[in-house]
Amino acid sequence: MLDRVSVSHDDKVAATDQPLLIADGLSKRYGRIDACRGVSFELYPGEVLAIVGESGSGKSTLLQMLSAQLAPSAGRVSYRMRDGVLRDLAALGEAERRLLLRTDWGFVHQDPAQGLRMAVSAGANVGERLMAIGWNHYGRIRDTASDWLQRVEIDTSRIDDAPRTYSGGMRQRLQIARNLVTGPRLVFMDEPTGGLDVSVQARLLDLVRSLVTELGLAAIVVTHDLAVARLLSHRILVMKSGRVIETGLTDQVLDDPREPYTQLLVSSILPA
Amino acid sequence: MIEASYNFAYLDEQTKRMIRRAILKAIAIPGYQVPFASREMPMPYGWGTGGVQVTASILGPDDTLKVIDQGSDDTTNAISIRKFFAKTAGVATTTSTPAASVIQTRHRIPETTLHEGQVLVYQVPIPEPLRFLEPRETETRRMHALAEYGLMHVKLYEDIAKFGHIATSYAYPVKVAGRYVMDPSPTPKFDNPKMNDCAALQLFGAGREKRIYAIPPYTQVVSLDFEDHPFTRYRQNAPCALCGAEDSYLDEIVTDDRGGRMFVCSDTDYCEGRRAQGHTGTESAPMEAADA
Ligand SMILES: Nc1ncnc2c1ncn2[C@@H]1O[C@H](COP(=O)(O)OP(=O)(O)OP(=O)(O)O)[C@@H](O)[C@H]1O
Ligand SMILES: [Mg+2]
Ligand SMILES: [Zn+2]
Repeated sequence: MLDRVSVSHDDKVAATDQPLLIADGLSKRYGRIDACRGVSFELYPGEVLAIVGESGSGKSTLLQMLSAQLAPSAGRVSYRMRDGVLRDLAALGEAERRLLLRTDWGFVHQDPAQGLRMAVSAGANVGERLMAIGWNHYGRIRDTASDWLQRVEIDTSRIDDAPRTYSGGMRQRLQIARNLVTGPRLVFMDEPTGGLDVSVQARLLDLVRSLVTELGLAAIVVTHDLAVARLLSHRILVMKSGRVIETGLTDQVLDDPREPYTQLLVSSILPA
Repeated sequence: MIEASYNFAYLDEQTKRMIRRAILKAIAIPGYQVPFASREMPMPYGWGTGGVQVTASILGPDDTLKVIDQGSDDTTNAISIRKFFAKTAGVATTTSTPAASVIQTRHRIPETTLHEGQVLVYQVPIPEPLRFLEPRETETRRMHALAEYGLMHVKLYEDIAKFGHIATSYAYPVKVAGRYVMDPSPTPKFDNPKMNDCAALQLFGAGREKRIYAIPPYTQVVSLDFEDHPFTRYRQNAPCALCGAEDSYLDEIVTDDRGGRMFVCSDTDYCEGRRAQGHTGTESAPMEAADA
């Protein structure tokens, strides 16, 4: 079981010419609301994609479909598994899907209570994914957890404290460690800096940016904060009323938006 | 004598058939929690209504019933359950482990090795071993279905991180037949090894939670642990003060108000049996003299 997740970083940068994830005509309907309409794109290994748009534009809905937590009303998501085979997520069995979610993928929630076990220690929060894939040596689990706490700049003397006792920024960093411990290739983040103080946000963004680069991670980051998108992402999707209305390289789109809606977004959030 | 106003063993035949079906299913899927329509019994839930319903459903007129509570045949709880079945089913009762065909228990497995043909019925308060860390029933069910048991080790990890060793000493989780993780009810972990490869059928009934589960005879039962923190059995490091036993689970008994205490077998039948065979402990002589 373990060999499935102990992939070296060399393997990860290998097939960058083939997409890691393909969204094809994704739509989601809630009664009369079209939360998401015909979204298509490709994500390559090591690429960071930002999804931006105003509240209610369908960002979280899209992210949930991409991460196989919500079934699309139409369209499909394909993902290239570690063996190189592209699979339709809807065709995965539940056991396979859940294994994917806790090994090859990560999911960082805006609300840390959704992504962490608030009542168990930080060490166990990080170790859980390892235990879930069969690690059975306490000492090794603890050492690995401790390494990861260091990498996300949490003092290892806090390893036995529950995240309840952590600050907001520490909780987010702990979520990141918990997700990255199995060496995922793709991380989903839904407003990872939402609700944090500006200075805490900056530190978190720096950390995410360096980890993503260092590990060659692909990431899909939902944010309504264009500064976050600019700092983290290579490419950007601008959503409005469930549709992608503009897409391109992040700097290009933000410096020279074509759509009037994007121009509005850019001017209101990044006043020149 | 059976009192006329009751059906045999109190429950009506239809209810007993329903419970037997749940039991058969539980035996077919060792360690899996089978839901059943738990009935009201004429006693409070804390008294083991789950175990009582299982016992009521499997008892026949030729059975001999033993009831123990924390190893003792003589607590109020054990006595009233024994009386209940003597009255409603007219079955023979005993305190002898080898003589019983059905043993209902709360919190202990007898010290005397069980034999083929016996049934051990456990009273279970909380059947779900994952409940402590995952309160959502939908989620724990899915975890069992997919054999996702990482969470169980999270609990053991927490123990070691806090206490330096696995401090869980009751309701210590086990894996049954290499598949389902199961809560053995609040028995001390000392008893866990007795569940493995046991000649008797083991049935578990949780009344309030409406679940029945089982370990068929001669089934592998393994206590969860870590490679570097293996499962260990625990007993007080002392011989029984009454019978000198060095291999039995001990209760600590306060003997006076000046901090005096002694350790005695929690299994009263086992202890009495040994004393009858002439085994003695540090405190046994005066007690026997007083009895005589
Ligand atoms: N479970 C649901 N049931 C019904 N409608 C829903 C549900 N989830 C989302 N919607 C609707 O779908 C649309 C898109 O919602 P979504 O949560 O994806 O937006 P968002 O872009 O993430 O917004 P925010 O920035 O506020 O988080 C909204 O109109 C929302 O009300
Ligand atoms: Mg959202
Ligand atoms: Zn004794």
